[in-house]
Amino acid sequence: MAKFNLNKMSGVVVENIGKKYLVGKSELVALKGISFEVTKGELFGIVGPDGAGKTSLFRVLTTLLLAETGRAWVDGLDTVKDYKEIRKRVGYMPGKFSLYQDLTVEENLDFFATIFNTSIEENYDLIKDIYQQIEPFKKRRAGKLSGGMKQKLALCCALIHKPTVLFLDEPTTGVDAVSRKEFWDMLQRLKQQGITILVSTPYMDEAALCDRVALMQNGRILAIDRPENINKSFAHPLWAVQSENMLGLHKTLKQWDAVASCYSFGEYYHIVMKNDDSSMDSIQNYLHDKEYQQILVKKIDANIEDCFMDLMNNANG
Amino acid sequence: MDNQKVIVVDELTKRFEDFIAVDRISFEVSKGEIFGFLGANGAGKTTAMRMLCGLSIPSSGKASVAGFDVFHQTEAIKKSIGYMSQKFSLYEDLTIKENIRFYGGIYGLSKTQIIDKTKYLVEHLHLQKHENSLVKSIPLGWKQKLAFSVAIVHDPAIVFLDEPTGGVDPIARREFWELIYDASERGITVFVTTHYMDEAEYCNRVSIMVDGKIEALDTPKQLKHRFESGSMDEVFLKLARKAVRGE
Repeated sequence: MAKFNLNKMSGVVVENIGKKYLVGKSELVALKGISFEVTKGELFGIVGPDGAGKTSLFRVLTTLLLAETGRAWVDGLDTVKDYKEIRKRVGYMPGKFSLYQDLTVEENLDFFATIFNTSIEENYDLIKDIYQQIEPFKKRRAGKLSGGMKQKLALCCALIHKPTVLFLDEPTTGVDAVSRKEFWDMLQRLKQQGITILVSTPYMDEAALCDRVALMQNGRILAIDRPENINKSFAHPLWAVQSENMLGLHKTLKQWDAVASCYSFGEYYHIVMKNDDSSMDSIQNYLHDKEYQQILVKKIDANIEDCFMDLMNNANG
Repeated sequence: MDNQKVIVVDELTKRFEDFIAVDRISFEVSKGEIFGFLGANGAGKTTAMRMLCGLSIPSSGKASVAGFDVFHQTEAIKKSIGYMSQKFSLYEDLTIKENIRFYGGIYGLSKTQIIDKTKYLVEHLHLQKHENSLVKSIPLGWKQKLAFSVAIVHDPAIVFLDEPTGGVDPIARREFWELIYDASERGITVFVTTHYMDEAEYCNRVSIMVDGKIEALDTPKQLKHRFESGSMDEVFLKLARKAVRGE
């Protein structure tokens, strides 16, 4: 246990953290004894659907929730024993908008600066890039801001005391593709400032933008690695298949006993054959015999979503 | 899909004082079509959808939904459509069966129809073992499928889906689209918004709203061709980046 604690390079250490809730008379296990380590300065993603345990994990690490099992350290400090010190050092942007709706943009920022014994001016450099985008609306009440502007203000408030570790719980959920791209660009620039960032997301494609990711489902970590390594770890040859009749093709592929899995991916189906040695010709010929037109079969590299579904099936099966 | 038009929109506009939320949009949707309604946050999608559902009276223009006029026949529209959003309207403290019975009742199904429908849905969704479980105790993916099923329990002409797949796991997300295809094959028109651009590819046609206007409307294939893009994600970014107004 101590070996983690002594490592000065660790921004966050999580060891066997478990958490359950009582829902009515039944128990809901939110975290099933998870462990991982985040290096200082790393942009670390926690990727998984609703109910994976992402928020519970963040609440444990920000000292807002006590775990039943295990221990965790943030910036070398124990989340139970040193909770007061941790609260001074971390920035936390919860999934639900939690600023004061009746205060203006400026007042909210000033409020958070003040409770952390600092001022907007002192750390202006850190937030400048983001704050300038909402500065024209600084006299507007937070409750009257659009979703994208609320998100930017919340990020400024989480940054105003120059935290060493930043926790962002689903900052891009419900945000359109353009704003999501902008938000990730902001995170890349913050990373340059040396802040350790933990960010959770249900969008699989965002995993590629992190240094390392933990894929989570049902309170467990399915895999932790650099996104490109996770993609490389996909165990079977993967094929993208397309034809003029995609609906029919889906049924044909699902019913074909040589196919191990078939999932839609935009304009293609991604399929894994039961026999890894199956050739492109064998797939093409089969579909040709079924009278499909404009058949396209190509071998592709797996992406995070392919891997996530494969890991899910292995975990559940 | 046949040529019968179930949604006809002509120069439809909604103004809030000086702000034009929806600016003269025009399009038609055919029976059984899966129609993707995309746009950045604040582009006017929700306002447009509320007008089509009979929840908001337009400022000008014309539109009919399931043959009913959006100005004068909003009650008839509400009976002919189904609606499901990311915030499911299921009752968490009722069981799966009770939720189906409740929505069947709301939509005016007879007792025998409700019994038949319940049996069919529970089997179709493979929920036989869980039909008496409280909704709050079932996984999100199941809730989502159930919410969709009760939204079309009365076999409406059209179902409106407002970001139906947010937050669910990738397998559940794909299974959900299989339900959408089933509904479409049964002749139900599907009008769907999403932030997942791969899902735009699953639609028969896609419209993209920018600053209150429909900037593009075509099949995913044609849109990619026209905007010289490899994916719908690229098409969307090219169009939505042009937006001047915020949310």
